[in-house]
Amino acid sequence: MRGLQYHLDLIYELTKKELKVRYKNSALGYLWSVLNPLAMAGVFYVGLGLIIGVRVPRGEDYPFWLLLICGLFPWQWFSNSVNACTNVYIGNANLIRKVAFRREVLPLATVLNDLVHFAVSIPVIVLFLLLARHRPTLAWLYGLPLLVLAQFVMTYSLSLVTGALNLFFRDLANLVQIFLQMLFYMTPIIYSLKWSRIAAFRHWLLVNPLASLISGWQTLFLEGRFSLGMWQLAMGYSVVMLAAGMLVHRKLEGKFAEVT
Amino acid sequence: MSAPAIQFEKVTKTYTLCQHVAGGIKTFLFHLPAAVRQLRNNKFTALDEVSFEVARGEALGVIGPNGAGKSTALALIARVLRPNAGRITVRGRVLPLLELGAGFHPELTGRENIILNGVLMGLLRREVRARLGQIIEFSELGEFIDQPVRTYSNGMLGRLGFSVVAHLDPEVLLVDEVLTVGDAAFQAKCMRRMQEFRRRGVTMVFVSHDMHAVRVICERAMWLDRGRVRMLDASQAVTASYEAALAGGQARGEVPADGQA
Repeated sequence: MRGLQYHLDLIYELTKKELKVRYKNSALGYLWSVLNPLAMAGVFYVGLGLIIGVRVPRGEDYPFWLLLICGLFPWQWFSNSVNACTNVYIGNANLIRKVAFRREVLPLATVLNDLVHFAVSIPVIVLFLLLARHRPTLAWLYGLPLLVLAQFVMTYSLSLVTGALNLFFRDLANLVQIFLQMLFYMTPIIYSLKWSRIAAFRHWLLVNPLASLISGWQTLFLEGRFSLGMWQLAMGYSVVMLAAGMLVHRKLEGKFAEVT
Repeated sequence: MSAPAIQFEKVTKTYTLCQHVAGGIKTFLFHLPAAVRQLRNNKFTALDEVSFEVARGEALGVIGPNGAGKSTALALIARVLRPNAGRITVRGRVLPLLELGAGFHPELTGRENIILNGVLMGLLRREVRARLGQIIEFSELGEFIDQPVRTYSNGMLGRLGFSVVAHLDPEVLLVDEVLTVGDAAFQAKCMRRMQEFRRRGVTMVFVSHDMHAVRVICERAMWLDRGRVRMLDASQAVTASYEAALAGGQARGEVPADGQA
């Protein structure tokens, strides 16, 4: 009983620390969690939409910029967390060398921190949906927490592995950045799996666990519908990744203090 | 006679020196079999079948040149490292006294850091909060307690760190060369606090290069040299021999600069 209470306390305090520290000394503070994905959406809208001329296919009733917003916010959470967690053990080397707390709490707090930032930006997504005359639906009520759960488990699982491996193989931090770039284009963010040009190799894209997840977000926001199929797929990937992540972590954690 | 607080039975700890991977992934991959073989053999033995016991409430000083295995021994007691061979038994709550500000985040205030540190060291949030007043008072930081820790001087950082650990009720306290912080008055206060720990029956393992402090605080001392126990006896005798050896210039062995030991 004390063990559970203790770890809840530890995770709470670490997450609080992350929240406090992230935007310390920046004038716009928390606003950045909203401005960042919005700015990215703006960049892609100008680059792809205006210059290259990417159009949403006929039959889909949403503008391109709205598609971008629906995918970029969850993507931002995922990529920020994976990037930060890759360095989380190296950044806390002095603690790891001296204090024997459960190592997983560090990536966990990092992912929770980004989850909070994502959660506070949901009203902004909703605002843009309303601007584009999308009506709120009942599906949002249960779709949101279910998709957040799937994304949380998926993000945390990958973070466990990158954080642990990075201690033994420091080049990983650079590789992760390239990998994330690649993953971004393999994931339906600047397009949708439902577009006819994409639908042909839809099944190949769904090999990427993140594709089912972000596709679920797009369906929820743009169609007001919860896609059970996409969620089940994302959740399935997440559970497998969590098992694998915990296994790898368990194998390596005993040597963390030697290599930090 | 109760069971000892700390027992090391033929404990061996080796580190693999990963020069090859660090030397470039290309070299490593092109000479994979040889590289792996070298990786396996290229080991540094930080502790070599070390055995000792620390009785409950006793203070053991650990001395020796850099790279002798002192910090490795502490990390093994703290369960941060796992031994390659041998058995370690530790009875009671182990707390490390961290070096200057090691557990602190520079952007958080002293007060916020106390809570974070307390929880990291094993206390519940409400337990830390219940002690917050005492900790702040002991640290003598006054209104600085609500300033970010990055504005603190080294002495203030040391005071804060020491104050936290001092109020966490350790049963086994690990001290790794940290008493040299703060002004003379604060050092005296730390020494008094150490003595108080002793009176309260806290078991202590005290790593230091300060022979005077070892003599004052510890009954017994262990002299480690290249991963082996060179001498384990009353602190007076061990520190005297060590000082004599230092003067004779034979205590410093070859030490690999890997920063681990």
